[in-house]
Amino acid sequence: MKPIFPLIVGCTLFGAGTAYSQGTLDAVQKKGFVQCGVSTGLAGFSQPDSQGVWKGLDVDMCRAVAAAVFGDASKVRFTPTTAVQRFPALQSGEVDVLTRNTTWTVVRDTTLGFNFAGVNFYDGQGFMVPKKLNVKSAKQLNGATVCVQPGTTTELNLSDYFRANRMTFKPVVIEKLEEVTAAYFAGRCDVFTTDVSGLVSVRGSRAPNPADHVILPEVISKEPLGPAVRHGDDRWFDIVKWSLNAMIEAEEMGLSQKTIDQQLSSKDPAVQRFVGATGDLGKGLGLDNKWAYNIVKQVGNYGESFERNLKPLGFDRGINELWTKGGIMYAPPIR
Amino acid sequence: MKFLRSGRSRALFFQFVALAAVLGALAYIVHNTMVNLETRKIASGFAFLGREAGFEIGESPFLAYSAADNYARALLVGLLNTIRVAVIGIVLATILGTLVGLARLSTNWLLARIADAYVEVIRNIPLLVQLFFWYVVITDNLPGPREAMNPLPGVFLSNRGIALPGVEPHPAHLWMLFAFIAGLVIAGLVARWARARQARTGQPFASFWTGTGIALGLPLAVFLAAGTPAKLDVPQLSGFNFAGGVVLTPEYATLLMGLVAYTAAFIGEIVRAGILAVHRGQVEAANALGLSRPQALRLVVMPQALRVIIPPLTSQYLNLTKNSSLAVAIGYPDLVSIANTSINQNGQAIEGIAIIMAVYLTVSLSISAFMNWYNKRIALVER
Repeated sequence: MKPIFPLIVGCTLFGAGTAYSQGTLDAVQKKGFVQCGVSTGLAGFSQPDSQGVWKGLDVDMCRAVAAAVFGDASKVRFTPTTAVQRFPALQSGEVDVLTRNTTWTVVRDTTLGFNFAGVNFYDGQGFMVPKKLNVKSAKQLNGATVCVQPGTTTELNLSDYFRANRMTFKPVVIEKLEEVTAAYFAGRCDVFTTDVSGLVSVRGSRAPNPADHVILPEVISKEPLGPAVRHGDDRWFDIVKWSLNAMIEAEEMGLSQKTIDQQLSSKDPAVQRFVGATGDLGKGLGLDNKWAYNIVKQVGNYGESFERNLKPLGFDRGINELWTKGGIMYAPPIR
Repeated sequence: MKFLRSGRSRALFFQFVALAAVLGALAYIVHNTMVNLETRKIASGFAFLGREAGFEIGESPFLAYSAADNYARALLVGLLNTIRVAVIGIVLATILGTLVGLARLSTNWLLARIADAYVEVIRNIPLLVQLFFWYVVITDNLPGPREAMNPLPGVFLSNRGIALPGVEPHPAHLWMLFAFIAGLVIAGLVARWARARQARTGQPFASFWTGTGIALGLPLAVFLAAGTPAKLDVPQLSGFNFAGGVVLTPEYATLLMGLVAYTAAFIGEIVRAGILAVHRGQVEAANALGLSRPQALRLVVMPQALRVIIPPLTSQYLNLTKNSSLAVAIGYPDLVSIANTSINQNGQAIEGIAIIMAVYLTVSLSISAFMNWYNKRIALVER
């Protein structure tokens, strides 16, 4: 049962911290795969397909780390976690990295004991309502019943927004995404709130008739979603951070899954460094020199991952476009 | 080595070793936990209880709560919600369970078979599945609030719950409560007097009906004397939901229904076993003495059956209370649900779980203490 989950995690904290002090990279290399915490099924971010293969932007992030560490993007295992389970899972060492549409906040970065390796999706919280309610703005939601998942920044932003606007609401708080959305679609709530990406994904993949639901124009928060690792293991933190940056940088440099093999012999020194033909960037990370090449070759660049996972659900690049194309996706230089 | 040969000192020695081992293991666990929390820079301690919770809670009928209140208050709301469902659940499950148990023993074929079917179906399906089932039945089948069913004036049935008219509070209501308590005390005294008189003279006295009359009559008298202050607060559709009146949410209704139906199946079996445990000769002897059937049941069968019933019944009460934590699955804001949310907002899983365990332990031990006291009272007095 779910309520027992944190208890198990609590128990894992009771044990002596040997595996922990050894460093995540060593532990990962020893066991031969990267264990990633993902959602229990959010289309476009992390969801198993009909063959049971996990797909999504967050899943690609996880595979990129495996490609960098092992040169093999398939050496991954996934632990589906609910919003409540995800943090204990990472804290206790049950997962090596949390790639689960998780918002980067100061509390999570400090008191919860995590480090966020960057942002792989810039999001914001929104509201979805049935079209037949004829609501045009979130300001009209006074007195509404709102379906929300517990243990999220969403839940806090929701309270803040209604307090700030002197409105009241009744929350219906259900942990599993399947059940909270089922309650919304059954009419138990007037409103479903989560990150706009989640709303688009849920409307596209779970609504009986997507056209019956509208997403209100107000975006009430900043939700930078990114991969998180445990505090205090800088080497592993670096690996996850630069795996993400390599994907973004590859898109900016025009290196893609299809073309990178032709670029191996490129004369461009930046490309030479990126694919590991010159320099020793891999050494600094404790990885093979072809780590970045492996990521792009096996997983693709950020744009490809976005195209593959989110475009079919109707997502626009929006602010997640590269900084050179009017968005805010910007990776520090790989050199 | 001599002292190891003496039975008593040897026993003491091994007890000491066992105690030392347990304490040592405990100290090891606590120490490791502290060190691990420190290395992982995870905050610890109970200081978070005083901080602002920042999340809303769906229902808090006894205590005013808003997102601006602190974690301690949020957890208290959760505890009250747990108690609210557990206490009412125990009362209803006892009533339904007794009826089911009696029905299974009934000589009416149809009634007995229906009770059989009920027990076998309900107790063999996991409670969590039943909760999901009821929740879907309520939320999927009832209309939205704007098309709410209106079976009785002022009563609205929708997928937001059951909205009932409430009574606006009035100072006289408090006095009515006092009058009711005074009535109960007087009824108790009357019953005691009646028993003593019957023992002395053999004359029966209808102390039950007299007592009921006094306990209900006194508050009624206060009500009339105060000029019948009962203004109905009828629920009305305003905006998205019903305002005013008393609203039973689908989550509460589902949880209560699920717990009552499930526990009643077990209680039914316990009641049946208790009644069957009373020897046939006892009933026949009561008949031979000329006691009527209800009298035989009340004076001869029940006192003996209760001795068998109470201990397993206590376990069922404890089960019901603990099962109420399945509320998380359907979104009823009970203690576990709110503690889970708190854990997630501040990351302090160990403290949160410790609170949950301490609270359930306290509640369960209280129920058990009360039931043990009652069990002792009705236990066979051996002369």
